[in-house]
Amino acid sequence: MDFNIHRWYLCPAREARKSFNDPSREAAKEKKLATVLDAGEIGRALKRIAHEIIEHNHGLDNVVLLGIPTRGAFLGERIGKFLAEIQSPVPVGTLDITLHRDDLRMRPPRPLLPTVIPIGGIEGKDVVLVDDVLYSGRTIRAALDALGEIGRPRTVQLAVLVDRGHRQLPIRADYVGKNIPTSASESVRVLLDEIDGSDSVQILSGDSK
Amino acid sequence: MNRHLLSINDLSAADAIEILNTANELSKISDGPMRKLPTLRGRTVVNLFFEDSTRTRISFESAAKRLSADVINFSAKGSSVSKGESLKDTAQTLQAMGADAVVIRHGASGAAQRLADSGWISASVINAGDGTHEHPTQALLDAYTIRSKFPQYSENFAGLKVAIVGDILHSRVARSNVLLLTKLGAKVTLVAPPTLIPVGVQDWQVGVSYDLDAVVKDVDVLMMLRVQSERMKDSFFPSEREYSRGYGLDSARLHALQEHAIVMHPGPMNRGLEISAESADSHRSVVLAQVSNGVLVRMAVLYQLLGGAALTGEVGA
Repeated sequence: MDFNIHRWYLCPAREARKSFNDPSREAAKEKKLATVLDAGEIGRALKRIAHEIIEHNHGLDNVVLLGIPTRGAFLGERIGKFLAEIQSPVPVGTLDITLHRDDLRMRPPRPLLPTVIPIGGIEGKDVVLVDDVLYSGRTIRAALDALGEIGRPRTVQLAVLVDRGHRQLPIRADYVGKNIPTSASESVRVLLDEIDGSDSVQILSGDSK
Repeated sequence: MNRHLLSINDLSAADAIEILNTANELSKISDGPMRKLPTLRGRTVVNLFFEDSTRTRISFESAAKRLSADVINFSAKGSSVSKGESLKDTAQTLQAMGADAVVIRHGASGAAQRLADSGWISASVINAGDGTHEHPTQALLDAYTIRSKFPQYSENFAGLKVAIVGDILHSRVARSNVLLLTKLGAKVTLVAPPTLIPVGVQDWQVGVSYDLDAVVKDVDVLMMLRVQSERMKDSFFPSEREYSRGYGLDSARLHALQEHAIVMHPGPMNRGLEISAESADSHRSVVLAQVSNGVLVRMAVLYQLLGGAALTGEVGA
Protein backbone atom coordinates (compact mmCIF):
# COMPACT_ATOMS: atom_id res chain seq x y z
CA MET A 1 0.00 0.00 0.00
CA ASP A 2 1.19 3.43 -0.80
CA PHE A 3 0.49 5.97 1.89
CA ASN A 4 2.26 8.80 0.18
CA ILE A 5 -0.57 9.63 -2.21
CA HIS A 6 -1.66 13.16 -2.74
CA ARG A 7 -4.78 13.70 -0.70
CA TRP A 8 -6.42 16.48 -2.59
CA TYR A 9 -9.62 16.04 -0.66
CA LEU A 10 -7.82 17.77 2.16
CA CYS A 11 -7.57 20.89 0.05
CA PRO A 12 -10.76 21.14 -2.00
CA ALA A 13 -10.11 22.38 -5.49
CA ARG A 14 -12.15 25.50 -4.94
CA GLU A 15 -9.91 26.58 -2.08
CA ALA A 16 -6.83 25.66 -4.04
CA ARG A 17 -7.98 27.76 -6.96
CA LYS A 18 -8.69 30.70 -4.73
CA SER A 19 -5.31 30.62 -3.10
CA PHE A 20 -3.63 30.07 -6.46
CA ASN A 21 -5.25 33.23 -7.66
CA ASP A 22 -4.17 35.13 -4.62
CA PRO A 23 -1.04 37.08 -5.55
CA SER A 24 -0.24 38.00 -1.96
CA ARG A 25 0.47 34.37 -1.21
CA GLU A 26 3.14 34.18 -3.89
CA ALA A 27 4.41 37.65 -3.21
CA ALA A 28 4.96 36.83 0.43
CA LYS A 29 6.97 33.77 -0.49
CA GLU A 30 9.05 35.23 -3.27
CA LYS A 31 11.10 38.33 -3.57
CA LYS A 32 9.51 40.71 -6.03
CA LEU A 33 12.15 41.75 -8.52
CA ALA A 34 10.56 44.09 -10.94
CA THR A 35 7.35 45.19 -12.53
CA VAL A 36 8.04 44.98 -16.24
CA LEU A 37 4.65 46.10 -17.55
CA ASP A 38 2.16 48.35 -15.80
CA ALA A 39 -1.55 48.67 -16.50
CA GLY A 40 -1.10 51.30 -19.21
CA GLU A 41 1.58 49.31 -20.98
CA ILE A 42 -0.52 46.15 -20.89
CA GLY A 43 -3.42 48.08 -22.42
CA ARG A 44 -1.22 49.53 -25.18
CA ALA A 45 0.36 46.15 -25.92
CA LEU A 46 -3.04 44.51 -26.29
CA LYS A 47 -4.25 47.34 -28.52
CA ARG A 48 -1.19 46.97 -30.72
CA ILE A 49 -1.81 43.21 -30.92
CA ALA A 50 -5.39 43.99 -32.01
CA HIS A 51 -4.06 46.24 -34.81
CA GLU A 52 -1.57 43.57 -35.86
CA ILE A 53 -4.29 40.92 -36.00
CA ILE A 54 -6.33 43.12 -38.34
CA GLU A 55 -3.29 43.89 -40.48
CA HIS A 56 -2.08 40.31 -40.69
CA ASN A 57 -5.48 38.87 -41.55
CA HIS A 58 -6.48 41.70 -43.93
CA GLY A 59 -9.57 42.39 -41.85
CA LEU A 60 -11.54 40.43 -39.34
CA ASP A 61 -14.13 38.60 -41.42
CA ASN A 62 -12.73 35.17 -40.71
CA VAL A 63 -11.06 35.72 -37.32
CA VAL A 64 -12.03 33.88 -34.11
CA LEU A 65 -10.30 34.57 -30.78
CA LEU A 66 -9.85 31.70 -28.32
CA GLY A 67 -8.37 32.53 -24.92
CA ILE A 68 -6.70 29.84 -22.84
CA PRO A 69 -8.06 29.96 -19.27
CA THR A 70 -7.48 31.39 -16.80
CA ARG A 71 -5.76 34.61 -17.76
CA GLY A 72 -5.59 34.04 -21.50
CA ALA A 73 -9.39 34.01 -21.51
CA PHE A 74 -9.51 37.52 -20.04
CA LEU A 75 -6.83 38.73 -22.45
CA GLY A 76 -8.85 37.27 -25.33
CA GLU A 77 -11.89 39.23 -24.21
CA ARG A 78 -9.86 42.42 -23.95
CA ILE A 79 -8.36 42.00 -27.42
CA GLY A 80 -11.89 41.27 -28.66
CA LYS A 81 -13.05 44.60 -27.21
CA PHE A 82 -10.19 46.45 -28.93
CA LEU A 83 -10.99 44.77 -32.24
CA ALA A 84 -14.65 45.82 -31.86
CA GLU A 85 -13.58 49.42 -31.16
CA ILE A 86 -11.09 49.56 -34.00
CA GLN A 87 -13.02 47.72 -36.66
CA SER A 88 -15.73 45.14 -35.93
CA PRO A 89 -16.63 42.55 -33.28
CA VAL A 90 -15.26 39.03 -33.70
CA PRO A 91 -16.37 35.79 -32.02
CA VAL A 92 -14.48 35.29 -28.74
CA GLY A 93 -14.34 31.97 -26.91
CA THR A 94 -12.21 30.00 -24.52
CA LEU A 95 -10.32 26.73 -24.88
CA ASP A 96 -9.41 24.68 -21.82
CA ILE A 97 -6.39 22.51 -22.48
CA THR A 98 -6.24 20.61 -19.17
CA LEU A 99 -7.29 17.27 -20.65
CA HIS A 100 -4.62 17.55 -23.34
CA ARG A 101 -1.68 18.43 -21.13
CA ASP A 102 1.40 16.22 -21.29
CA ASP A 103 2.22 16.74 -17.61
CA LEU A 104 -1.07 15.49 -16.16
CA ARG A 105 0.64 12.63 -14.42
CA MET A 106 3.16 14.88 -12.76
CA ARG A 107 0.57 16.74 -10.71
CA PRO A 108 -2.62 16.05 -8.79
CA PRO A 109 -5.76 16.25 -10.93
CA ARG A 110 -6.70 19.79 -11.63
CA PRO A 111 -10.14 21.22 -12.05
CA LEU A 112 -11.35 21.69 -15.59
CA LEU A 113 -11.86 25.25 -16.77
CA PRO A 114 -14.54 26.38 -19.17
CA THR A 115 -14.31 25.75 -22.90
CA VAL A 116 -16.64 27.97 -24.89
CA ILE A 117 -16.55 27.55 -28.65
CA PRO A 118 -18.29 30.54 -30.25
CA ILE A 119 -21.35 29.97 -32.42
CA GLY A 120 -20.09 29.41 -35.93
CA GLY A 121 -17.33 27.14 -34.68
CA ILE A 122 -13.75 27.19 -35.88
CA GLU A 123 -14.04 25.20 -39.09
CA GLY A 124 -12.17 27.08 -41.83
CA LYS A 125 -11.60 30.11 -39.55
CA ASP A 126 -8.45 32.00 -38.72
CA VAL A 127 -8.15 31.13 -35.05
CA VAL A 128 -6.04 33.36 -32.82
CA LEU A 129 -5.10 31.59 -29.58
CA VAL A 130 -4.51 34.01 -26.72
CA ASP A 131 -2.41 33.24 -23.65
CA ASP A 132 -0.65 35.28 -20.99
CA VAL A 133 2.89 33.89 -20.98
CA LEU A 134 4.68 31.86 -23.66
CA TYR A 135 7.37 29.75 -22.01
CA SER A 136 8.02 26.08 -22.80
CA GLY A 137 5.41 26.00 -25.55
CA ARG A 138 3.74 22.94 -24.05
CA THR A 139 0.49 24.72 -23.29
CA ILE A 140 0.24 25.76 -26.92
CA ARG A 141 1.01 22.24 -28.12
CA ALA A 142 -1.85 21.02 -25.93
CA ALA A 143 -4.06 23.80 -27.29
CA LEU A 144 -3.27 22.73 -30.87
CA ASP A 145 -4.29 19.17 -29.95
CA ALA A 146 -7.49 20.39 -28.30
CA LEU A 147 -8.24 22.53 -31.35
CA GLY A 148 -7.66 19.61 -33.68
CA GLU A 149 -10.40 17.67 -31.93
CA ILE A 150 -12.90 20.47 -32.38
CA GLY A 151 -12.36 21.21 -36.03
CA ARG A 152 -9.97 22.25 -38.76
CA PRO A 153 -9.25 25.97 -38.71
CA ARG A 154 -7.81 27.56 -41.87
CA THR A 155 -4.94 28.99 -39.85
CA VAL A 156 -3.99 29.03 -36.18
CA GLN A 157 -2.13 32.05 -34.86
CA LEU A 158 -0.83 32.79 -31.41
CA ALA A 159 -1.01 35.99 -29.41
CA VAL A 160 0.73 36.26 -26.04
CA LEU A 161 1.18 39.12 -23.64
CA VAL A 162 4.67 38.01 -22.64
CA ASP A 163 7.21 35.83 -24.40
CA ARG A 164 9.84 34.86 -21.85
CA GLY A 165 11.86 32.45 -24.00
CA HIS A 166 13.10 28.98 -22.97
CA ARG A 167 11.04 27.11 -25.55
CA GLN A 168 11.08 23.31 -25.33
CA LEU A 169 9.07 22.81 -28.51
CA PRO A 170 9.24 24.38 -31.99
CA ILE A 171 6.50 26.92 -31.31
CA ARG A 172 6.51 30.67 -31.79
CA ALA A 173 4.03 33.49 -31.27
CA ASP A 174 2.64 35.63 -34.10
CA TYR A 175 1.77 38.54 -31.84
CA VAL A 176 3.81 39.37 -28.75
CA GLY A 177 2.98 42.06 -26.21
CA LYS A 178 6.51 42.13 -24.85
CA ASN A 179 9.57 39.94 -25.13
CA ILE A 180 11.05 39.54 -21.67
CA PRO A 181 14.37 37.71 -21.50
CA THR A 182 14.38 35.68 -18.27
CA SER A 183 16.45 33.05 -16.61
CA ALA A 184 14.79 29.69 -16.00
CA SER A 185 14.91 30.21 -12.22
CA GLU A 186 12.80 33.33 -12.47
CA SER A 187 9.08 33.30 -12.93
CA VAL A 188 6.83 35.69 -14.73
CA ARG A 189 3.54 36.59 -13.12
CA VAL A 190 0.76 38.25 -15.04
CA LEU A 191 -1.82 39.94 -12.85
CA LEU A 192 -5.10 40.99 -14.40
CA ASP A 193 -7.80 43.23 -13.03
CA GLU A 194 -10.56 40.66 -13.67
CA ILE A 195 -9.07 38.11 -11.31
CA ASP A 196 -6.21 39.72 -9.39
CA GLY A 197 -7.66 43.19 -8.83
CA SER A 198 -5.05 45.09 -10.83
CA ASP A 199 -3.00 44.89 -14.02
CA SER A 200 0.73 44.27 -14.07
CA VAL A 201 3.45 41.90 -15.22
CA GLN A 202 6.16 41.06 -12.70
CA ILE A 203 9.35 39.06 -12.76
CA LEU A 204 9.91 37.12 -9.57
CA SER A 205 12.94 35.25 -8.39
CA GLY A 206 12.67 31.79 -6.84
CA ASP A 207 11.83 28.50 -8.44
CA SER A 208 8.13 28.17 -7.83
CA LYS A 209 5.90 29.22 -10.64
CA MET B 1 -10.95 13.05 -2.69
CA ASN B 2 -9.61 9.67 -1.77
CA ARG B 3 -7.72 7.34 -4.07
CA HIS B 4 -10.83 5.16 -4.14
CA LEU B 5 -14.51 5.90 -4.51
CA LEU B 6 -16.22 3.35 -2.31
CA SER B 7 -18.92 5.37 -0.66
CA ILE B 8 -20.41 8.84 -0.82
CA ASN B 9 -18.84 9.25 2.62
CA ASP B 10 -15.45 9.34 0.86
CA LEU B 11 -16.48 12.69 -0.59
CA SER B 12 -16.97 16.06 1.02
CA ALA B 13 -19.70 18.30 -0.35
CA ALA B 14 -16.97 20.33 -2.09
CA ASP B 15 -15.53 17.17 -3.68
CA ALA B 16 -18.96 16.19 -4.94
CA ILE B 17 -19.61 19.63 -6.41
CA GLU B 18 -16.15 19.52 -8.00
CA ILE B 19 -17.02 16.21 -9.68
CA LEU B 20 -20.31 17.67 -10.91
CA ASN B 21 -18.51 20.76 -12.23
CA THR B 22 -15.97 18.58 -14.01
CA ALA B 23 -18.80 16.56 -15.55
CA ASN B 24 -20.41 19.80 -16.63
CA GLU B 25 -17.25 20.96 -18.43
CA LEU B 26 -16.94 17.52 -20.00
CA SER B 27 -20.53 17.80 -21.23
CA LYS B 28 -19.68 20.96 -23.13
CA ILE B 29 -16.79 19.17 -24.79
CA SER B 30 -18.75 16.01 -25.51
CA ASP B 31 -21.67 17.92 -27.00
CA GLY B 32 -19.40 19.08 -29.76
CA PRO B 33 -17.51 16.95 -32.22
CA MET B 34 -14.71 16.39 -29.68
CA ARG B 35 -15.87 13.05 -28.34
CA LYS B 36 -12.58 11.44 -27.50
CA LEU B 37 -9.98 12.91 -25.17
CA PRO B 38 -6.39 11.71 -24.76
CA THR B 39 -6.36 12.22 -21.00
CA LEU B 40 -6.10 8.61 -19.78
CA ARG B 41 -4.14 7.20 -22.69
CA GLY B 42 -2.12 4.21 -21.55
CA ARG B 43 -4.17 3.64 -18.41
CA THR B 44 -6.14 0.45 -17.91
CA VAL B 45 -9.58 0.33 -16.38
CA VAL B 46 -11.00 -3.06 -15.46
CA ASN B 47 -14.74 -3.53 -15.16
CA LEU B 48 -15.07 -6.30 -12.62
CA PHE B 49 -18.73 -7.28 -12.59
CA PHE B 50 -19.89 -10.11 -10.38
CA GLU B 51 -23.50 -9.09 -10.85
CA ASP B 52 -25.52 -8.43 -13.96
CA SER B 53 -25.59 -4.89 -15.19
CA THR B 54 -26.41 -3.16 -18.43
CA ARG B 55 -26.13 0.55 -18.02
CA THR B 56 -23.50 0.82 -15.32
CA ARG B 57 -21.01 -1.40 -17.10
CA ILE B 58 -21.62 0.17 -20.50
CA SER B 59 -21.51 3.59 -18.93
CA PHE B 60 -18.16 2.99 -17.24
CA GLU B 61 -16.80 1.38 -20.40
CA SER B 62 -17.93 4.29 -22.52
CA ALA B 63 -16.57 6.84 -20.02
CA ALA B 64 -13.16 5.16 -19.89
CA LYS B 65 -12.99 4.86 -23.68
CA ARG B 66 -13.88 8.50 -24.22
CA LEU B 67 -10.88 9.35 -22.07
CA SER B 68 -8.74 6.96 -24.17
CA ALA B 69 -8.17 4.44 -21.38
CA ASP B 70 -7.91 0.76 -22.22
CA VAL B 71 -10.88 -1.17 -20.91
CA ILE B 72 -10.98 -4.79 -19.84
CA ASN B 73 -14.43 -6.19 -19.15
CA PHE B 74 -14.66 -8.99 -16.71
CA SER B 75 -17.93 -10.61 -15.80
CA ALA B 76 -18.13 -13.41 -13.32
CA LYS B 77 -20.20 -15.51 -15.66
CA GLY B 78 -17.91 -17.27 -18.08
CA SER B 79 -14.80 -16.56 -16.01
CA SER B 80 -12.82 -18.63 -13.55
CA VAL B 81 -15.03 -17.30 -10.79
CA SER B 82 -17.54 -19.93 -11.82
CA LYS B 83 -14.75 -22.45 -11.21
CA GLY B 84 -14.50 -21.19 -7.65
CA GLU B 85 -11.72 -18.60 -7.93
CA SER B 86 -11.76 -16.27 -4.94
CA LEU B 87 -11.99 -12.49 -5.05
CA LYS B 88 -8.40 -12.35 -3.86
CA ASP B 89 -7.05 -14.48 -6.68
CA THR B 90 -9.12 -12.61 -9.22
CA ALA B 91 -7.87 -9.29 -7.85
CA GLN B 92 -4.25 -10.41 -7.92
CA THR B 93 -4.65 -11.52 -11.50
CA LEU B 94 -5.87 -8.04 -12.37
CA GLN B 95 -2.96 -6.53 -10.48
CA ALA B 96 -0.52 -8.66 -12.45
CA MET B 97 -2.14 -7.38 -15.65
CA GLY B 98 -1.45 -3.80 -14.59
CA ALA B 99 -4.89 -2.38 -13.89
CA ASP B 100 -4.90 1.31 -12.89
CA ALA B 101 -8.52 1.31 -11.79
CA VAL B 102 -10.94 -1.45 -10.93
CA VAL B 103 -14.64 -0.78 -11.22
CA ILE B 104 -16.29 -3.42 -9.10
CA ARG B 105 -19.88 -4.54 -8.80
CA HIS B 106 -20.53 -7.32 -6.37
CA GLY B 107 -23.54 -8.88 -4.70
CA ALA B 108 -21.95 -8.66 -1.26
CA SER B 109 -22.07 -5.38 0.66
CA GLY B 110 -18.55 -4.23 1.42
CA ALA B 111 -16.88 -6.09 -1.45
CA ALA B 112 -15.42 -2.87 -2.87
CA GLN B 113 -14.11 -1.85 0.55
CA ARG B 114 -12.53 -5.27 0.96
CA LEU B 115 -10.80 -4.97 -2.38
CA ALA B 116 -9.52 -1.48 -1.58
CA ASP B 117 -8.32 -2.25 1.94
CA SER B 118 -6.90 -5.67 1.31
CA GLY B 119 -3.55 -4.64 -0.14
CA TRP B 120 -4.13 -7.14 -2.96
CA ILE B 121 -4.02 -4.46 -5.60
CA SER B 122 -2.57 -0.99 -6.01
CA ALA B 123 -5.27 0.21 -8.41
CA SER B 124 -7.95 2.74 -7.54
CA VAL B 125 -11.18 0.98 -6.67
CA ILE B 126 -14.50 2.41 -7.79
CA ASN B 127 -17.61 0.95 -6.25
CA ALA B 128 -20.21 0.32 -8.96
CA GLY B 129 -22.68 -1.20 -6.54
CA ASP B 130 -22.02 -3.58 -3.65
CA GLY B 131 -24.95 -5.60 -2.41
CA THR B 132 -27.46 -3.39 -0.67
CA HIS B 133 -24.79 -0.97 0.52
CA GLU B 134 -23.86 1.80 -1.92
CA HIS B 135 -23.66 2.86 -5.54
CA PRO B 136 -21.91 6.23 -5.36
CA THR B 137 -21.62 7.04 -9.06
CA GLN B 138 -25.37 6.57 -9.44
CA ALA B 139 -25.97 9.15 -6.71
CA LEU B 140 -23.53 11.52 -8.39
CA LEU B 141 -25.21 11.18 -11.76
CA ASP B 142 -28.60 11.68 -10.13
CA ALA B 143 -27.31 14.85 -8.46
CA TYR B 144 -25.90 15.98 -11.80
CA THR B 145 -29.25 15.35 -13.48
CA ILE B 146 -31.09 17.27 -10.75
CA ARG B 147 -28.67 20.14 -11.05
CA SER B 148 -29.02 20.31 -14.82
CA LYS B 149 -32.83 20.51 -14.44
CA PHE B 150 -32.73 23.03 -11.59
CA PRO B 151 -29.87 25.45 -12.28
CA GLN B 152 -30.76 27.46 -9.17
CA TYR B 153 -29.26 24.61 -7.10
CA SER B 154 -25.84 24.68 -8.73
CA GLU B 155 -23.80 25.17 -5.53
CA ASN B 156 -25.92 23.19 -3.10
CA PHE B 157 -29.36 21.65 -2.83
CA ALA B 158 -30.64 23.66 0.15
CA GLY B 159 -34.41 23.91 -0.20
CA LEU B 160 -34.75 21.13 -2.76
CA LYS B 161 -37.39 18.55 -1.86
CA VAL B 162 -36.73 15.00 -2.96
CA ALA B 163 -38.84 11.91 -2.37
CA ILE B 164 -37.24 8.48 -2.81
CA VAL B 165 -39.99 5.95 -3.32
CA GLY B 166 -40.07 2.18 -3.22
CA ASP B 167 -37.74 -0.60 -2.24
CA ILE B 168 -35.47 1.41 0.05
CA LEU B 169 -34.49 -1.70 2.01
CA HIS B 170 -32.64 -3.36 -0.85
CA SER B 171 -31.53 -0.23 -2.61
CA ARG B 172 -27.89 0.81 -2.68
CA VAL B 173 -29.00 3.62 -4.97
CA ALA B 174 -31.23 4.96 -2.20
CA ARG B 175 -28.44 4.78 0.39
CA SER B 176 -25.94 6.64 -1.76
CA ASN B 177 -28.56 9.16 -2.79
CA VAL B 178 -29.65 9.84 0.77
CA LEU B 179 -26.04 10.45 1.78
CA LEU B 180 -25.24 12.71 -1.16
CA LEU B 181 -28.50 14.64 -1.27
CA THR B 182 -28.48 15.37 2.45
CA LYS B 183 -24.77 16.27 2.25
CA LEU B 184 -25.70 18.83 -0.39
CA GLY B 185 -28.54 20.14 1.75
CA ALA B 186 -31.65 18.67 0.13
CA LYS B 187 -34.68 17.65 2.15
CA VAL B 188 -35.19 13.96 1.52
CA THR B 189 -38.31 11.95 2.26
CA LEU B 190 -38.36 8.18 1.95
CA VAL B 191 -41.67 6.69 0.90
CA ALA B 192 -42.26 2.94 1.09
CA PRO B 193 -44.37 0.30 2.76
CA PRO B 194 -43.07 -0.25 6.33
CA THR B 195 -41.62 -3.62 5.34
CA LEU B 196 -39.29 -1.98 2.81
CA ILE B 197 -37.94 0.72 5.14
CA PRO B 198 -34.57 -0.34 6.56
CA VAL B 199 -33.99 -0.72 10.27
CA GLY B 200 -32.12 2.26 11.69
CA VAL B 201 -33.59 4.74 9.28
CA GLN B 202 -34.25 7.14 12.17
CA ASP B 203 -30.50 7.81 12.21
CA TRP B 204 -30.53 8.99 8.62
CA GLN B 205 -31.32 12.65 8.21
CA VAL B 206 -34.50 12.00 6.27
CA GLY B 207 -38.25 12.05 6.66
CA VAL B 208 -40.21 8.84 6.30
CA SER B 209 -43.72 8.52 4.96
CA TYR B 210 -45.97 5.61 4.10
CA ASP B 211 -48.32 7.72 2.02
CA LEU B 212 -47.13 8.50 -1.50
CA ASP B 213 -50.19 10.59 -2.39
CA ALA B 214 -49.48 13.01 0.45
CA VAL B 215 -45.83 13.41 -0.52
CA VAL B 216 -46.17 13.64 -4.27
CA LYS B 217 -47.84 17.06 -4.21
CA ASP B 218 -44.95 19.10 -2.92
CA VAL B 219 -41.73 17.47 -4.13
CA ASP B 220 -39.38 18.84 -6.76
CA VAL B 221 -37.84 15.47 -7.51
CA LEU B 222 -39.59 12.13 -7.38
CA MET B 223 -37.11 9.30 -7.46
CA MET B 224 -38.70 5.92 -8.09
CA LEU B 225 -36.75 2.79 -7.18
CA ARG B 226 -36.89 -0.59 -8.78
CA VAL B 227 -38.57 -3.36 -6.80
CA GLN B 228 -35.62 -5.72 -6.50
CA SER B 229 -37.40 -9.05 -6.65
CA GLU B 230 -34.06 -10.87 -7.01
CA ARG B 231 -33.06 -9.74 -3.51
CA MET B 232 -36.46 -10.38 -1.93
CA LYS B 233 -36.37 -13.63 -0.07
CA ASP B 234 -39.47 -12.88 1.97
CA SER B 235 -42.81 -11.46 0.98
CA PHE B 236 -42.53 -7.75 1.67
CA PHE B 237 -45.92 -6.88 0.23
CA PRO B 238 -49.06 -8.93 -0.47
CA SER B 239 -49.05 -8.66 -4.25
CA GLU B 240 -47.49 -6.65 -7.04
CA ARG B 241 -50.87 -5.19 -7.79
CA GLU B 242 -51.26 -3.94 -4.25
CA TYR B 243 -47.73 -2.52 -4.21
CA SER B 244 -48.40 -0.76 -7.46
CA ARG B 245 -51.62 0.76 -6.12
CA GLY B 246 -49.94 2.05 -2.98
CA TYR B 247 -46.48 3.03 -4.18
CA GLY B 248 -46.44 2.97 -7.95
CA LEU B 249 -46.29 6.15 -10.00
CA ASP B 250 -49.54 5.99 -11.92
CA SER B 251 -51.34 8.55 -14.01
CA ALA B 252 -53.15 10.25 -11.11
CA ARG B 253 -49.95 10.71 -9.10
CA LEU B 254 -48.06 11.87 -12.18
CA HIS B 255 -50.63 14.61 -12.69
CA ALA B 256 -50.58 15.54 -9.01
CA LEU B 257 -46.92 16.55 -9.30
CA GLN B 258 -45.97 20.20 -9.34
CA GLU B 259 -45.49 21.84 -12.73
CA HIS B 260 -41.67 21.83 -12.50
CA ALA B 261 -41.22 18.45 -10.79
CA ILE B 262 -39.16 15.72 -12.43
CA VAL B 263 -39.39 11.94 -12.25
CA MET B 264 -36.22 9.86 -11.93
CA HIS B 265 -35.57 6.15 -12.00
CA PRO B 266 -32.17 4.46 -11.83
CA GLY B 267 -33.28 1.71 -14.16
CA PRO B 268 -34.01 -0.95 -15.14
CA MET B 269 -37.67 -0.04 -14.81
CA ASN B 270 -40.42 -2.50 -14.00
CA ARG B 271 -43.06 -0.82 -16.11
CA GLY B 272 -46.48 -1.31 -14.59
CA LEU B 273 -45.06 -2.12 -11.15
CA GLU B 274 -43.32 0.89 -9.61
CA ILE B 275 -43.80 3.17 -12.60
CA SER B 276 -46.49 3.24 -15.25
CA ALA B 277 -45.53 3.38 -18.89
CA GLU B 278 -47.19 6.79 -19.15
CA SER B 279 -45.02 8.16 -16.32
CA ALA B 280 -41.85 6.57 -17.67
CA ASP B 281 -42.37 8.16 -21.08
CA SER B 282 -43.75 11.50 -19.91
CA HIS B 283 -41.93 14.78 -20.41
CA ARG B 284 -41.20 14.85 -16.69
CA SER B 285 -39.20 11.66 -16.87
CA VAL B 286 -35.45 12.23 -17.00
CA VAL B 287 -34.57 8.53 -17.14
CA LEU B 288 -32.66 8.78 -20.41
CA ALA B 289 -30.91 11.96 -19.32
CA GLN B 290 -29.75 10.00 -16.25
CA VAL B 291 -28.19 7.42 -18.55
CA SER B 292 -26.31 9.92 -20.70
CA ASN B 293 -25.27 11.96 -17.66
CA GLY B 294 -23.93 8.74 -16.18
CA VAL B 295 -21.19 8.66 -18.79
CA LEU B 296 -20.18 12.26 -18.05
CA VAL B 297 -20.13 11.78 -14.28
CA ARG B 298 -18.11 8.57 -14.59
CA MET B 299 -15.66 10.35 -16.88
CA ALA B 300 -15.32 13.01 -14.20
CA VAL B 301 -14.73 10.38 -11.50
CA LEU B 302 -12.15 8.55 -13.62
CA TYR B 303 -10.44 11.84 -14.34
CA GLN B 304 -10.32 12.77 -10.66
CA LEU B 305 -8.97 9.36 -9.65
CA LEU B 306 -6.61 8.65 -12.55
CA GLY B 307 -6.09 11.98 -14.31
CA GLY B 308 -3.29 13.23 -12.11
CA ALA B 309 -0.21 11.98 -10.41
CA ALA B 310 -0.54 9.00 -8.14
CA LEU B 311 2.25 10.41 -6.02
CA THR B 312 2.91 13.94 -4.91
CA GLY B 313 5.74 14.16 -7.36
CA GLU B 314 7.85 16.98 -8.61
CA VAL B 315 5.82 19.93 -9.75
CA GLY B 316 7.27 21.11 -13.03
CA ALA B 317 6.96 24.50 -14.64
